[in-house]
Amino acid sequence: MAVGKFPVEAGHVMMFARSVGDDNQIYYDADYAAATECGGVVAPPTFVQASAQFDPDYFLRPKVGEPWFGSGGSPTGVKRESSGGGGGGGGLHAEQRYVYHRHPKVGDLLTATTKPGKTWEKEGRRSGKLVFSETVTEYRDQNGELVVTATGVGVRTERPVDQG
Amino acid sequence: MALKAANLKVGDKHTERLVEDLKRTQIVQYAGASGDYNPVHTDELFTKEVAGYPTVFAHGMLTMGMTGRMLTNYVGDGRLTEYGVRFTSQVWPGDTLDSTATVAAIHDGLVDLEVSTVNQDGVEVLKGSAQARVD
Repeated sequence: MAVGKFPVEAGHVMMFARSVGDDNQIYYDADYAAATECGGVVAPPTFVQASAQFDPDYFLRPKVGEPWFGSGGSPTGVKRESSGGGGGGGGLHAEQRYVYHRHPKVGDLLTATTKPGKTWEKEGRRSGKLVFSETVTEYRDQNGELVVTATGVGVRTERPVDQG
Repeated sequence: MALKAANLKVGDKHTERLVEDLKRTQIVQYAGASGDYNPVHTDELFTKEVAGYPTVFAHGMLTMGMTGRMLTNYVGDGRLTEYGVRFTSQVWPGDTLDSTATVAAIHDGLVDLEVSTVNQDGVEVLKGSAQARVD
């Protein structure tokens, strides 16, 4: 993922906090937040994941003029090769780690650059062969300072994860 | 709001209920806010007939996000320095999740926490660690 401009916006922070069931006023009320140690509305700990909204090529979002693999009249809009993956589109999320150099604030304009990390394989009990791959994303602010380092690990499974 | 090192000891626990009877609508909310519209989280027909799962399931990041709420409620806003997890089991609509942070170490103005989120059957769905600045 490469994101040229990821503006940290008040409405987006509000929607994100709502979606994780967090009614802490630090995410909603600029006046309240100004009087706290944070000095303003900050982003919830996992908010940078929502940089996907600002990635023009993010593949898990329907795009104008392009086919979408979710259901319409039939169960999928795109016939895909059976690639396993276990997650429908691109595998499952196995791990996520964040290092906070500081916490993003409303008004920040972040950029994100992603590098591939390690890959490894493992035999899974419930889903066959597992192929893990790591990506490291650096979020920097408008001054070029590192704000958050995010390490994600995705896994592709040979078959859907057995629920037994 | 923030924790005081002098009041902490190894083994201290903080537990919160993250969600009771997780609704599909909350998963839709998270899809919209995060931008991750993978149909396996919101599209029942696709998930059953194409992906091969019994129903839609939550984004791992929704569980990490709700667990993060437990952490910030405990350590205070803007205090986390690290937070990392493994997603150890899927989370389904109807699940009730409880999350616990356990103090593992206190050093240099920081607290190290072990983090665990379990479902109504006691199955761990998320396991990880966090670190936060303390006073």
